[in-house]
Amino acid sequence: MGEIHVMREDFLPPKPPPRRHLISIGDLTRDDVERLLATARSFARTLEREVKKLPTLRGYTVVNVFYESSTRTSSSFELAAKRLSADTMSIKAAGSSVDKGESLKDTALTLGAYDPDVIVIRHPQIGAPQLVARYTEAHVVNAGDGKHQHPTQALLDLFTIREEVGPIDGLHVAIVGDVLHSRVARSNIQALTLMGARVTLVGPPPLLPRGIEAMGCELSHDIGSIAAADVVYVLRMQQERMQEGANYVPSLREYTARWGVTPERLRPGQKVMHPGPMNRGVEIDPRVADAADALIETQVRAGLVTRMAVLYDLLTTGPVSVKTPDPLEVA
Amino acid sequence: MLFVRGGRSDDLVVRGARVLDPAEGVDAVCDVRVDGGTIAQLGTNLETNEHRVVDGSGLVLAPAFVDPHVHLRVPGREDEETIASGTAAAAAGGYCAILAMPNTEPVVDSAAVLGSLIEDAQAHAEIPVGFLAAITRGQEGAELTEMAELADQGAAGFSDDGRPVVAPGLMRRALQYHGITGRRLALHCEEPTLSKGGQMHEGAVSAELGFSGYPSVAESTMVERDLSLAAYEGQGLHLLHLSARESVEALRAAQAKGVAATAEVTPHHLCLTDEAVRTLDPNLKMNPPLRSADDRAALIEGLRDGTIGSVATDHAPHARHEKEVPFEAAPFGVTGLETAFAALYTSLVEPGLVPLETLLERMSTGPAQAYGLERPRIAVGEPANLVLLDTAAEWKVEERGFRSRSANSWLLGHTLKGQVRLTVAAGRVVHEQ
Repeated sequence: MGEIHVMREDFLPPKPPPRRHLISIGDLTRDDVERLLATARSFARTLEREVKKLPTLRGYTVVNVFYESSTRTSSSFELAAKRLSADTMSIKAAGSSVDKGESLKDTALTLGAYDPDVIVIRHPQIGAPQLVARYTEAHVVNAGDGKHQHPTQALLDLFTIREEVGPIDGLHVAIVGDVLHSRVARSNIQALTLMGARVTLVGPPPLLPRGIEAMGCELSHDIGSIAAADVVYVLRMQQERMQEGANYVPSLREYTARWGVTPERLRPGQKVMHPGPMNRGVEIDPRVADAADALIETQVRAGLVTRMAVLYDLLTTGPVSVKTPDPLEVA
Repeated sequence: MLFVRGGRSDDLVVRGARVLDPAEGVDAVCDVRVDGGTIAQLGTNLETNEHRVVDGSGLVLAPAFVDPHVHLRVPGREDEETIASGTAAAAAGGYCAILAMPNTEPVVDSAAVLGSLIEDAQAHAEIPVGFLAAITRGQEGAELTEMAELADQGAAGFSDDGRPVVAPGLMRRALQYHGITGRRLALHCEEPTLSKGGQMHEGAVSAELGFSGYPSVAESTMVERDLSLAAYEGQGLHLLHLSARESVEALRAAQAKGVAATAEVTPHHLCLTDEAVRTLDPNLKMNPPLRSADDRAALIEGLRDGTIGSVATDHAPHARHEKEVPFEAAPFGVTGLETAFAALYTSLVEPGLVPLETLLERMSTGPAQAYGLERPRIAVGEPANLVLLDTAAEWKVEERGFRSRSANSWLLGHTLKGQVRLTVAAGRVVHEQ
């Protein structure tokens, strides 16, 4: 009898060609991330100029489709496209034909009929960006799909850490809180481990999903373990995803008492990050949020240049890795 | 208990096939002659009379398959499948009999609904089909159906498939009462408070993808409960679509103690693991979900050693637009009637995981015996229920090739080895390729 554990690979649907889209950090190589971060850095320099707009993506069209409420992600994608002179169009689910029951496939086909170059999509369901990619010719950027991925958040976090803390290789990052419901956590675990960081997940057992250690991270239920980290990454306690009676934690009060990130639980000089929006007084003490060591506003600023880099990379680098042109030269 | 449309009985001679009926101990290259739908003679150089002759050289002639778990979607979702299309799909897959589950709209929980299905089958079924009736009214898990009347009318068994019987007290009553009917109780084992919201197997893949997990213990704790109740009541039962190692182990232990429990496993659980879900293809979403490599190994081992006696497709047709959505929004279920043998031949027999004889037995004798049906046999005087298999032929699974009204197959676009050349069901040629 042969080997039972081998599932025939050829039963699986073929993978899409790499890097036509940005759907998951898992699709990227370390070189891809390095290139994106380098591009973001050069865009950051241009933003110090008096005239901030670059002609780089003139003539391209970027469509933002948001099926979930979002302030920072949707505004930063829109501004990123505008800074690069692309035409932009933003569609929110409320008030659109989605309200009339249109399927995602039909919305994708409809938008695709305008030949957009990039579709940025946020959707509450895992796999929505792949579906849009299947039915349009556009490059698709995942701006958050359910609990799955939020790749541009992870890229902007890497950018922030590299600018404000230093090299990522060998860095120890503690990610604290509701990992179970967090797409930010999933993208960040992949991104940080890809770049050589050590990642420890800290939180109550029901909020650390079974099997997550296979992503190459360590687990701890003890908030005391964050003191050993170089960076403490605090996750939003996703109250809207906490179903009634689900009992992930007995109460927010107990969660805060046990796992809230407070000044007392941090070492002096420890950097603190949060993807926003924050629940002050729940997962993060307001004194921590407002302290000089908090990088939260820096993250928001990094979001703009990182998303500019993502749009630029998708529209200029193409599916096969080629020598990266300097965006400033192109500009 | 099985119903088929009336019609001709065929005369036929299959020449020179490897005739393989493991349960009869037959394995020889010879001719088989069918007179008026009945196997009349086995031997070499048989007279053909005026019969049509099928060249079986290089092919395997086996007892046709029995699928104990099909969703025909009638009544209620005739856009997805009908008795005619579902039985035609079964014929193409090499089946001579199938059993349909009662989770339709309305549920098959009364003599009136069952009666209309039987009439429909007598008018349109290409191959014999049996209908299970619900265990509880509306499959709501509150009150038992009128099992005696349903059995008298021809129910092939009882199941709330698609849903578990949640309350242990009611499960016990069902075990006690169904005994008077002589029909099988078939159980969908799922503890809903453990599987709630679950999209796929809980493990490393669900943790990475972010899907809510449907842990294997959601199945196995219910399997263990139902086996305990069956042992206590001295009743048998049939476990539907097992997926977890712990379930197989609990079943094996109960059988060793003398519980008359049978079980089935699907081709997709035998061929795939939860790793496949990384593609986010909604045609890889089913209940129970694809599980770990270790669970899959336990299912294959259970099939091999006979703990699991039946292969069941759990053929679950879904409309195209319902599956062309993100994975989380898609309904559970995949089709399987037309690909079961080829998928299992390709995935289990060719790599040497399961002998061909075992697979043939588990696709025919096993399910027939689980439900107390006559098992298809290749023997003189038996009704002709035959499948002619080309184990060398490769074919590509394509949507336009399906006879089912739905195409939500996890195998679309893939090339399989093993093709059904001819199906004879209840004495009639129902499929030729």
